[in-house]
Amino acid sequence: MRQRRPSWQTVITTSTALVLAAATLTACGGAAPASKPSVNAAASFEGKGPINYVSSRDASGAAQKSIDEWNATHPDELVTFIELPDSADQQRQQLIQNAQIKSDTFGVLNLDVVWTSEFAANKWILPLPGDKLSVDKMIPATVGAATYRDTLYGAPYYTDGALFYYRTDLLAAAGVAAPPKTWDEMKSACKAVLALPEAAGMSCYAGQFDKNEGLTVNFTEAVASAGGTVVDAEGKPTVDTAEAKAGLSTLVDGFKDGLFPSDAITYQEEQGRRAFQDGKVVFLRNWPFLYSSLSATDGSSQVAGKFNVASIPGTSGQGVSTLGGRSLAVSPFTANKATALEFITFFTSQEQALKRLALSSRAPVYAALYEDPAVVAKRPFFPALLQSVNNAQPRPKVVQYGATTKAIQEEAYAALTGKKDTDTALADMQAKLTELAAK
Amino acid sequence: MTTTALKPRTAPAAGTPVPARRKRSWRSYSVYAGLALIFIYCLSPFYWMIVSSLRRTADIFDNSPLPAPFSVENYVKVFDGSTMFGQALLNSLIVAGVTTVAALVMGIFAAYAISRLNFRFKSVILGVIIATSMFPGISVVVPLLRFFSDIGWINTYQAMIVPNLSFAIPLAVWNLTTFMKSLPFDLEEAAMIDGCTKWQAFRKVLLPLAAPGVFTTAILTFIHSWNEFIIALSMVNDPQVQTATVAISKFTGATEFQAPFGEQMAAGVIVTVPLVIMVLFFQRRIVEGLTAGAGK
Amino acid sequence: MAALLLSPTLLVLALVIVYPLISAVHQSLYRTESGLDANGFVAEGESFVGLANYVDLFVGDSGERFLNAFSNTTFFTVTTVLLETVLGLALALAMNRAFRGRAFLRASILVPWAVPTAVSGLLWRWIFQSDGIANTLIGSEILWTAEGVASKVAVIVAEVWKTAPFIGLLVLAGMQVIPEEVYEAARIDGAGWWRQLAYITLPLVKPTLLVAVLFRMLDALRMFDLPFVLIGPGKESVETLSMLAWDESNQLRYGSASAFAVVLFLYVAAVAIVFVKVLGADVTGAKHLRLARKANRIQKAEATR
Repeated sequence: MRQRRPSWQTVITTSTALVLAAATLTACGGAAPASKPSVNAAASFEGKGPINYVSSRDASGAAQKSIDEWNATHPDELVTFIELPDSADQQRQQLIQNAQIKSDTFGVLNLDVVWTSEFAANKWILPLPGDKLSVDKMIPATVGAATYRDTLYGAPYYTDGALFYYRTDLLAAAGVAAPPKTWDEMKSACKAVLALPEAAGMSCYAGQFDKNEGLTVNFTEAVASAGGTVVDAEGKPTVDTAEAKAGLSTLVDGFKDGLFPSDAITYQEEQGRRAFQDGKVVFLRNWPFLYSSLSATDGSSQVAGKFNVASIPGTSGQGVSTLGGRSLAVSPFTANKATALEFITFFTSQEQALKRLALSSRAPVYAALYEDPAVVAKRPFFPALLQSVNNAQPRPKVVQYGATTKAIQEEAYAALTGKKDTDTALADMQAKLTELAAK
Repeated sequence: MTTTALKPRTAPAAGTPVPARRKRSWRSYSVYAGLALIFIYCLSPFYWMIVSSLRRTADIFDNSPLPAPFSVENYVKVFDGSTMFGQALLNSLIVAGVTTVAALVMGIFAAYAISRLNFRFKSVILGVIIATSMFPGISVVVPLLRFFSDIGWINTYQAMIVPNLSFAIPLAVWNLTTFMKSLPFDLEEAAMIDGCTKWQAFRKVLLPLAAPGVFTTAILTFIHSWNEFIIALSMVNDPQVQTATVAISKFTGATEFQAPFGEQMAAGVIVTVPLVIMVLFFQRRIVEGLTAGAGK
Repeated sequence: MAALLLSPTLLVLALVIVYPLISAVHQSLYRTESGLDANGFVAEGESFVGLANYVDLFVGDSGERFLNAFSNTTFFTVTTVLLETVLGLALALAMNRAFRGRAFLRASILVPWAVPTAVSGLLWRWIFQSDGIANTLIGSEILWTAEGVASKVAVIVAEVWKTAPFIGLLVLAGMQVIPEEVYEAARIDGAGWWRQLAYITLPLVKPTLLVAVLFRMLDALRMFDLPFVLIGPGKESVETLSMLAWDESNQLRYGSASAFAVVLFLYVAAVAIVFVKVLGADVTGAKHLRLARKANRIQKAEATR
C-alpha cells in the first residue's frame, strides 16, 4: 500500500505537468492570430458553379421544391441542400465553426434574423445589393431585420410575428363582444370568463417564460407594448425606464396574481400550444405555427372551431410584436458568389414565395401575398399576422446578441420567479447590457 | 455444512448465496423482488420511449400507459426518403465497429505491455493515457475541425473514428490492464514451459482468460462511439457519411417550434434495440462459454 | 517490445488530444479584440493577455458563475458517482446470479447506456415536464425543469439511470474471473452472503471497480449534454463547468472558453490524483507482477528441487 501511493501520485502529476509543459513551450509557435479576410462594402459577386445551401430541414418540402426548380434550369450551377440540426443553437454553432475555418462548403446560409448583426460584423456574410432583390415589395420590418448599419446583409426569406389566440366560445358565453385590445381589457374579460362554470380550473393567459429565447421575445414584447424599448436606435440599452418597468411588471404581476398558470414558467412554444389546445388557458401569446394544429378536427384539439386570433394586447391599444423569421446570406468563403447571389434572388422572389405557400405555412415577406384572397382562404390568420408583423419591432440588433439575450433572460427570469424584485432585475439588466454595448 | 453448498453450480456466480434450505424461500423472494426493482428502473423510461414513439404527433403529450390510437407514423417518418436514416445506421455501424476493433487491438497490446512487461515510465504512460480523458470534449471540436479540414478529412469516416478513439483507448487500456493484472501469471508460464512461445501463450492462454474484460470493453466502447454526436456533427456535412445521432438531430417538427419528439423517440428505439439484441446474442456465446472454461 | 506495443496508442492520443490541448492553452493566453470599428465591423486580431483570462474567471460576476458551476459540477459528480457505484454493484451482483432469464436481464440493464445521450435527455425532459408522466405518477406539481432543487434531482435521476450500467458491466466482468473455488472454500468455512461479499467479492473486484469509478468521475466532471438538454442552458441550478466553457465559446469569447477548459482539465486531473491516492489502486500491476514473479520463482525452485 504505502509503496505504491507515491508512484501513483507521480503518475498523474507528471503526466499533467508534462502535457502542460509541452503546451506552454509550443504556445508561442502555435497558430498565429487569425486574421479575417477583408470584405469590401460593395462586394463583387464573381464566380459561377455549384454551391451549397445550408439550412435546417424544411419539413414541408417547399424549400427543396424551389431548389429543384432552380437546378432544372441551372445544370452547371447546381444547388445542394446541406441540412443542419433542428436546434437553432446547433445551427449557429455549425455556421460559425465553418466560417472560422473559412470553409468553402457553406455557400448560402439560412440565418435567423437575430444573427444578422453578429454575422455581418464578423464579416461572415457579404453585403447584398438591395436593388437586385425586390426589397421594395417586402414588408419593411423584415428588410430592417436583415440590415446591419444601413447595409443589407440578408435576403428576407420568411417572417414571423406574435398572434394573440383567444377562445371565441368562452368570450361569447361571458358576453365579451370583441377580443381585448389592451392588457386591462384582457384582465376584465378573464374575470368574466373565469366566472363561467365551463371555465372552471382555467387560467387567463400564457406566453413563453422558460429561460430560453422565448422569454427574450415575451419580455421585449411586454416592454414594447408598454411603449418602451430594450435598446434604442443607437444601440444604447433602455431598460431602466418607467415603460420597461411597466412592461416587466405586467408579466411579474401575471404570475403573482394567478393570471398565468404557475407552470407557465416552464413554457416554451410547444407547452403553451398544448395548454391552449387542452383548454387550460383562455388567451395565449404564440407564433402562427400552431394555428393549423389548433384547428385539427381529428380529436386532438379541444378548441377546433372555438378560437380566433388578433394582435397581442398592449398597455393602451394594440401591443407590439417581436419579429422572427429567417433570411438568406452569402458566405464570403464560397468560390461561386455570382451563383449564390442569383440563387438567393431567385429563391426569395415573390413568385417562389407564392409557390412555397402551397406547401409551407411559413409567413412570406411580401405584403401582397397576405391580401391574396386565395391565400387568405387557406390561411385565415394571415390578415392578423400582417397587422402584427407590420407593427413589429426587431429584437435588440447587437453584435453580441448571444450575451445580450442571455442577460435579458437571466434578469427577466429572476424577476418572474421572484428571486429579484422588478427594479433590481431591470437595474441589473441595464448594467449588463450597458457593459455589453461598451465592448 | 449442508450438501447444497457442495453441489456443482451451473454457472459461475460470484457473491451468490446458496444458503441453508429453510432460509431459501424467504431469501429468493426478496432477491427476486430486488431483481424486479432493478429491472423496472432500467426499463420503465425505455418503455415510455417506446410508448411515446407509437403515439400520433397530435397526442404525443398523452400520459396514458398505452398509445391510443396506436400509430407507426413516427417510424415511417424516420425512414422517410429524405432522411437517409438507413444509410446513417450503416455509417454508425462502420464508425463504431472500426473504433471498437482499433481500440481493442491497441488496448490489448498496450495492456499486455503494461501488465506483463517490465519497462520504465510505466506509470507515466498510464497517466498520459488517462489524461486524454480529462479534457472537455466540447473544447476539442474546433481545433480538430481546423486540423481535419487542413488535411482533407472532412466528410470521411476517419474524421469520426480517430477522435472516438480518444475515449475508447484510455478505457480499453486501463480496463484491460487491470484485468490482465488480475489474471494469474503462472498459467502463461506453464504454457511456455510446455513449449509455447510468448505470443502463443498470450493468444492461447491470456487472451481467452481476459475475454470477459475484452468483451465488456468492446460493448462499452462500441456503444459510446455509436452514440457520439458533436464530433460527428462537426466533421461531416454529407448525408452519405453522417451517423445516426447526427441524422436524429436533423429531424424537424412540423414547424420550427415543434420538437419532433415522436420521431426522435422512434429513432432512439431503432438505434437502441439492435445493440441490445447484439449484446444478448454475443454474451451467451462469449461470456458464459469462456468463463465456464476459465473456472477450470 | 513495450515501445512497439505502446506506440500506436500514444500516437493516436497525441493526434486527437495533445494538439487541441496545446491550442486551448495557447488560446487561453489571448483575447480576441471585441470592439467594433467605425464601420461596425468587429476589430480583427487578438492580443496576448497573459493570465488575464484565468484571473477573470475568479473575480466579479463571472467569478460567482464560476464558483456556482464549480460547486454544481462537484455536487453532481459526488452524488451521481456514489449512486451509480451502489446501483452498478447491485446490477453486477444481479447479473452475475444464475437464474432463468438472466441473459434477458443483462441485456435490459444495458438499455439505458445504449440510448443516445441526446435522445435520453429529451426523453427525461418529456418525463419531467410540468404535466409529464413523473408528476402524474407521483401526483405532484413539481416544476422539474425550472430553477431549483427539483432540477438537480431530475439531472441526478436521469444521469444515474443512464450510466449505472457502465459501472455494472465493468464490475460484472471483474466478478466473472473470480474462481468459483474461492466461494466454495468460504462457504465451507461457513461464511454467509454478506461476508462473502465483503471479504471476497468486493476486494477482488476492487481494481475493476476503481477503474470504472475513475472513468465515471472523469466523465461526470465534464457533464454537459444531459443538463443542457434536460433543464436547458443558462440555468444556475444545473450549470456545470463544461456548460460554462460551451457558453463562452458560443459567445465567441474563445480565450476565456479555453481558460475554462484548461481549468476544468486541471480540476479533473487533481480529482483523479486524489482519488487514486486515497484509494490506492494498483492499476499498473507493478507490485502484483513482482509478487507473481517471485512466487513463480519460488515454485519453480521448489519443483526442481
